[in-house]
Amino acid sequence: MTALRQGLKQLGRHPSAVVGIIIIVGLICLAIYAVTTIPYGEAIRLWRGGEGVWDESPRNALPGWVNLLPGTNLPNTLVLSTKNGVSKSVEVLPAGVKAVGVAMPFDYWYDDFPSELALFFEARFDRWKPKVSMFWLTPDRRQIPLGERSLSASERYSISLDPRLRERLRGQLPEVGLFADPTKKTIVLKGRYELVIEALVFEEASDIDAKLVVYGKVKGLAGTDDRRRDLWIALLWGTPIALAFGLLAAVGSTITTLIIAAIGVWYGRWVDAVIQRITEVNAILPGLPILILVGTFYSRSIWVMLGVIVLLGIFSLSIKVYRSIFLQVKEAPYIEAARAYGAGNLRIVFRYMVPKVVPVLVPQFVLLIPSLVFLEAALAILGLGDPVLPTWGKVLNDAFQSGALYKGYYHWVVMPSIFLIVTGLGFAMLGYTLDRIFNPRLRVE
Amino acid sequence: MLAVCMRQGVKESPLLSVRGLHMWFELRRWGFGRTGFVRAVAGVSFNMRRGEAIAVVGESGCGKSTLAKTILGLYQPTEGEVIFEGKSLNGMGIKKRQWYCSQVGYVQQDPYGALPSFMNVHRILEEPLIVNRVKNSRERQSRVREALEEVRLVPPDELLSKFPHMLSGGQQQRLVIARAIILRPKLIVADEPVSMLDASVRVEILELLKQLQHQHNLGVIYITHDLATVRYFSERVLVMYAGKVVEATEVGSLLSDPCHPYTRALIVAISDPDAANLETFKEVPPGEPPSLLNPPSGCCFHPRCPSAIHRLCNKEEPPQFEVKPGHLVMCWLYRK
Repeated sequence: MTALRQGLKQLGRHPSAVVGIIIIVGLICLAIYAVTTIPYGEAIRLWRGGEGVWDESPRNALPGWVNLLPGTNLPNTLVLSTKNGVSKSVEVLPAGVKAVGVAMPFDYWYDDFPSELALFFEARFDRWKPKVSMFWLTPDRRQIPLGERSLSASERYSISLDPRLRERLRGQLPEVGLFADPTKKTIVLKGRYELVIEALVFEEASDIDAKLVVYGKVKGLAGTDDRRRDLWIALLWGTPIALAFGLLAAVGSTITTLIIAAIGVWYGRWVDAVIQRITEVNAILPGLPILILVGTFYSRSIWVMLGVIVLLGIFSLSIKVYRSIFLQVKEAPYIEAARAYGAGNLRIVFRYMVPKVVPVLVPQFVLLIPSLVFLEAALAILGLGDPVLPTWGKVLNDAFQSGALYKGYYHWVVMPSIFLIVTGLGFAMLGYTLDRIFNPRLRVE
Repeated sequence: MLAVCMRQGVKESPLLSVRGLHMWFELRRWGFGRTGFVRAVAGVSFNMRRGEAIAVVGESGCGKSTLAKTILGLYQPTEGEVIFEGKSLNGMGIKKRQWYCSQVGYVQQDPYGALPSFMNVHRILEEPLIVNRVKNSRERQSRVREALEEVRLVPPDELLSKFPHMLSGGQQQRLVIARAIILRPKLIVADEPVSMLDASVRVEILELLKQLQHQHNLGVIYITHDLATVRYFSERVLVMYAGKVVEATEVGSLLSDPCHPYTRALIVAISDPDAANLETFKEVPPGEPPSLLNPPSGCCFHPRCPSAIHRLCNKEEPPQFEVKPGHLVMCWLYRK
């Protein structure tokens, strides 16, 4: 093990290894953060995005850090709710009728129009539906009526999609028309806006709650997709999944490969011959089609894929590399000495032969991890990703399927790609440096 | 099968007796087609007393090392047997085999190669003890120290954590010897223990081996291609050529009165710092050692022999002739 220990000590002298280690440690920290802050079940629930989970989230929003660029001031999402800070006024009228008034004032200082407007109502009543009428007040004191409606128990009024309002705004999209400067129609009129809701309820116990969501154009650290899901969830949770997948697959296939190579060389004869033939047959079997077959006909679970990858990796061509080293080691005098003092077969394989390969194995192992992470992403892009887990490949698959690049939602493709590239970079920087340390012939002086 | 048997003066049961040992290696083509045998050891017999030192001499490729490894049990002999303290190695059960492993020590030629580079001194010496079930860790510690002191690798504390590459060549060979004696064996097989060492260290190592031999009454099989060191070390010499023992006798008798033409050539070839050597012509046999795959007919040495007898040496293999009591030669020149 001295070679290994000395090699690892040298790492500090190679800047690329240090950077690689920093990246890997960063990814590990991120993975731990993901697992501790968002529990597994919660992550899956959020990613599945059931009823109402992402109501307050904008569609196809850019990452929040875009606003840090000079000259950019894209709107964030504003939520005003009577359940949360907005007051209601109640006036009792004759015959058991109540008038509920809600005023929702908010400041709008952004340079761009919001992406969408929606009102959510909740009404409690027995038989008589409450009636509401809504007004939009602009900073220059114009009053725009938003219409009247009678409420059911839970109702979503999508202001953006109201065709009559659009007519009233002379064909402008409501989220534009309501915020535009009346003289220059493409510029936002900044200042205090107000949404006024006047409701009539006809029962004693009847009441309403309202929530206005002014959807912005930026959200979170990674933006959102077309199903309003925050991509940060997938990127964050993709980290532990990618690392675990890469690490487990690399450990599983490397260790078994190593042991099989050592056993083949040590016992020789037919054992070796059988292992070699299996390896050669396995080498010409194409791996990806097998995975696609398994994914299509059996299961797309990430753990099944992991198992298949490990199985295909056991008899990989690296057996030949290890075998060539073991064949040298087998004839080494120290092995003869060990046999002379009576060391058994297994002891010789594990204590005397395997340690000789470790220095060769470590860089290969480190370099194998990102390739397996990429393989997992590739499977997801091909539509064979795990159906429930949020992964980087899954995000890319969604982006690809909804034509994100054609529609200009670059963040959707760029964010997961950055994660994949950085992961590959970190492991490659460490792996190639380890390779240079342990296989000094590659070293350029 | 021809055998060179040594008569024992004393009626003591031998420590080791090798009887008609053959070690052939099969040559295969395509993994199964047999194309022939390399006859590395082709009929070797000798007895060895407890505490005796025997030297096996011969040039490279004459089968010395194969003989050593077969005696150590690393190879399964093709024919013949190795008997240690009256028990034959063939058909030894696993337990007996383990016991045998603890009774023989092995000192190899290349000390650096003989030591696993990834283990430190302590681990290297502890391994044979662990393998041979010395369960008590404290006992193992004390035996490791003891062995280091015996080969004068002192102070042990400083050395225990070192790795082989941190030691000098001489220290490495001492460590190899320490590993060979740590199980307190009765027999040491030393396969060219000093040929890879610096000339200045050789004597030290041989002295050490000699001293350990006397101290523990060890039997030592000393394998070498260098007759000069034989005188220094052993009592009896076996001269090997092409897998056979061609001459066997006491050291003194061999050096003063070599009988086999091959032995004579070997003795002539001993380097001797004498200015006269420049002028004298050395009668060194021409040619190379014979192929062990297709050994020459008759006496293996006849193609190189200056005094080969026409139509005899190339036809029939010579039996052993006893020139003097205890001095055996396989050569037709001494037929009676």
